[in-house]
Amino acid sequence: MTWSEKLSTSVQSIAPSGIRKFFDIAAQMDDVISLGVGEPDFITPWSIRESCVYGLERGYTSYTANRGMPELRNEISRHYNRNFNLDYNPDTEILVTVGVSEALDIALRAVLNVGDEVLIPEPCYVSYQACTILAGGVPVPVSAKIENEFRITPEELEPHVTPKTKAILIGYPNNPTGAIMERRDLLKLAEFAEKHDLIVISDEIYGDLTYEGVHECFSALPKMRDRTILLNGFSKAYAMTGWRIGYALSNADFIGAMTKIHQYTMLCAPITAQVAAIEALKHGEKYMKKMVAEYDRRRNLIYDGLNKLGLKCFEPKGAFYIFPDITSSGMTAEDFAEKLIRAERVALVPGTAFGESGKGHVRCSYATSIEKISAALKRIEKFLVSSK
Amino acid sequence: MRELLEILEGNARISTAELASMLQRSEDEIKEQIALLEKEKIIMSYSTLINWERYGEELVTAVIEINLTPQREVGFDALAERICRFDEVRTVYLMSGNFDLLVVVQGKSLKEISNFVATRLSTIEGVTQTRSHFLLKEYKKDGIILENTEQDRRLVIVP
Repeated sequence: MTWSEKLSTSVQSIAPSGIRKFFDIAAQMDDVISLGVGEPDFITPWSIRESCVYGLERGYTSYTANRGMPELRNEISRHYNRNFNLDYNPDTEILVTVGVSEALDIALRAVLNVGDEVLIPEPCYVSYQACTILAGGVPVPVSAKIENEFRITPEELEPHVTPKTKAILIGYPNNPTGAIMERRDLLKLAEFAEKHDLIVISDEIYGDLTYEGVHECFSALPKMRDRTILLNGFSKAYAMTGWRIGYALSNADFIGAMTKIHQYTMLCAPITAQVAAIEALKHGEKYMKKMVAEYDRRRNLIYDGLNKLGLKCFEPKGAFYIFPDITSSGMTAEDFAEKLIRAERVALVPGTAFGESGKGHVRCSYATSIEKISAALKRIEKFLVSSK
Repeated sequence: MRELLEILEGNARISTAELASMLQRSEDEIKEQIALLEKEKIIMSYSTLINWERYGEELVTAVIEINLTPQREVGFDALAERICRFDEVRTVYLMSGNFDLLVVVQGKSLKEISNFVATRLSTIEGVTQTRSHFLLKEYKKDGIILENTEQDRRLVIVP
């Protein structure tokens, strides 16, 4: 008997993260340029940090309402009203969570019964599958295709629908591909969700980081508001990853159920982060816009650079990732990533960490300075030349 | 054009190839635009922000408030231009409020600066009063925090 046998079968069935190995290699090296970081290189704008410090000085150290501070929920409600013409009741339809991670977890736990299937377009963020399993559900990955710029279509989803399909879990702009869905794509998806009566869980954490056109909020599509559990937070747009603060918006029944789980497991999101989040929504937009403009320039630089090196990639339209096809190197994604870091000290993440359909690709994050992106491109060039 | 200026203001050494990619223009176009901006004196010069103290050089800086008697037809301009021409004078602003010009003067020693103020600035006809303030420490200059303790604390790989 080993202790591991005593673990729950659902935990045992979750594969360890494919990223760990690269992390360990990188940790032993100096002078690594990392294109492997899924968070902004900016530090939280000072006015946001300062408001938290000021809050601490005034004694903001207690629990808050389970759903989050009323002022924060009001600001979130106002934000969605202003930007997407959506009305969410701050008292019943908004829940402040510990990042989108928690929101995703409790959304799945609130709606899934054991054995319920969740359609998950891939490549996707690493926790979609794991959280589905932990909630008792069955993840059903559906590959998005590069020919279609990693957008998912109803035609691709349709064959995977069974009587047990309960929900679809989407994340656009997408980590790791940088893909977005345009309004016409989302409308088709909405029709599909309605036809099969599916709940849509839409992770829009990268929504503000959309570089061409405007972000389309899934909940704002006709008839989708109540069917959708919209997840968002402050981590990416306001460079607030470590604060762990996000929120969920949906109909009062779903939010009520999620609040039930949240109150028994988390009680509330940290008050310090909530105070900072209020400031972010009230006065943070100009800082956010400045960061987005900078990401956009880096996006152009790395897109050009990788294409010039012969690594084919489609132009990412959102988030801060680019997902080049590395099959021309003759290597697998893991091989490429491991050899690159060992030979040229550039860290990136093999596409397979984000699902089977990520094979032949690597994820490069451009949440790093122009100087580092240029230096990394030179190193990758050297690597490609020497491995021919 | 504005974005080009913004980038150059933050980093004058960035290559035209990088600028071309970042702004999705051809390199020739970028070169042309920069030449035009230089010609029109929108880009005045490319300077380097140096922490001289760290290099080990003692530099004394003083901020001097100057009161002037404005002159007919030219107001403060003629006197301001005159003051601008001294090498010791780094910056000259016309101000609202209790004094007229704010002048930043740099020198090797306290004595050198006080000499300059006493013999050169305050003796100019039309200068009615000067008040000198010596700088003790520079914390932030032109948007750059000199001793910044913020650093990249992120893990090397994050999903």
